[in-house]
Amino acid sequence: MPPDLPTDVLNQDDRSRFEAIVMPHLDAAYNLARWLLGGRSEAEDVTQDAMLRAYRFFSTFHSGDARAWLLQIVRNCCYTWLQKNRNWVDVDELDDASVPRDKDTPETLAISLNDRERVTRAIEQLSPHFREILVLRELEGCSYKEIAAITSRPMGTIMSALARARQRLRVLLADPAPKEARLEL
Amino acid sequence: MSCELTHSRLHAYLDGELDAAGSADFNQHLSTCPLCAGALVEEEQFRQGLRQSRLYSRAPAGLKLRIEESLPGPRANQSAGLLPWRWLAVTAALLLAAFLGWRQLTSSNERTYREAAVVAAVDAHLRSLQPGHLVDVESTDQHTVKPWFDGKLDFAPPVRDFSANDFPLLGGRLDVVEGHTLAALVYGRRKHFVSVFVAKALPSTSWSGSGAEQGYQWIAWTKDGFSFCAISDVSASDLDELKRLLLQ
Repeated sequence: MPPDLPTDVLNQDDRSRFEAIVMPHLDAAYNLARWLLGGRSEAEDVTQDAMLRAYRFFSTFHSGDARAWLLQIVRNCCYTWLQKNRNWVDVDELDDASVPRDKDTPETLAISLNDRERVTRAIEQLSPHFREILVLRELEGCSYKEIAAITSRPMGTIMSALARARQRLRVLLADPAPKEARLEL
Repeated sequence: MSCELTHSRLHAYLDGELDAAGSADFNQHLSTCPLCAGALVEEEQFRQGLRQSRLYSRAPAGLKLRIEESLPGPRANQSAGLLPWRWLAVTAALLLAAFLGWRQLTSSNERTYREAAVVAAVDAHLRSLQPGHLVDVESTDQHTVKPWFDGKLDFAPPVRDFSANDFPLLGGRLDVVEGHTLAALVYGRRKHFVSVFVAKALPSTSWSGSGAEQGYQWIAWTKDGFSFCAISDVSASDLDELKRLLLQ
């Protein structure tokens, strides 16, 4: 967070600006939270939390990309929540050049419109760092620059991370979790 | 076997993130490297499937109101007040709306109509990306595309080619958005497609503003009695440029 002090209450003009500039990105905020956290109610709570944070730190937002600014806050709130509630340990595999590149991308499987659940399950199996990059690019339509800003990463990392996220997703889609297979028996 | 560029450039190319020179270089490379060309087709199909899977989760109704209520400090406007006296105002507004008819509903409802119109247009763009649906008339010649619409619509959409500006006209098709038949012009941008929907500017078919929907950028405007909405997965600045060309 920038060093500016948060304010508890915005005056009416600033609040109008907040509602005009930041609130329209509520769907984007919720969508990211939903994909990072999984559940609806968790996503609602954390989105609300993040909005309140954005409100309090609104004086630090001067101009520029309000969506990216808000999503950065949402992301931080989500990771804090995951650490607290899911004992999630943040191991950053995206910047790690020593991790060998995934090999053998499976043939493209036709994803049909009816495969929503299967695709959802596969995305949920990705690690949060890969998942967020994929969600920001494919669902939110963010540019690499915006993704870099939201995730506080260098631009150069985004492309390779996105390539790997897509590849992993394809692997997951090609090879449904064994658990699922057993359930169907 | 793999080509180094498949890993280092292909995704940036696919995402429209290479600069003009880089993009031209990679285009050149694609014509000589079957590995990259094949990988590009695969990635493109995969991404399209992903985008058509309707994975976007919109904020549930009520969350916005809950947040607005929870924010401390004076309310910014009268939009959705919950103080008792505001209910009176809302009731009065509703009565007034009833008097004035459907078209004079509250601004938030108008926004919902507009959002629905954009969602419908994005859906139409998505449908067009399925094999064989992109264009009904395939031509880069505006003098072929424009007359094709004659007799199919009750208006003549403006059709122009912008090849010189890197937005080649690829063709046109008829599309139906929210029950209205309208013209869709298709432009290319590197490996991406842009649908530009053109309708007679009626209140019920008017788009305005810009934004992102299901991962697609859109931008809308009105000119000379026509309502335009351009939709694509290219960057917002690319769409801006196309809008500027169409406004000239």
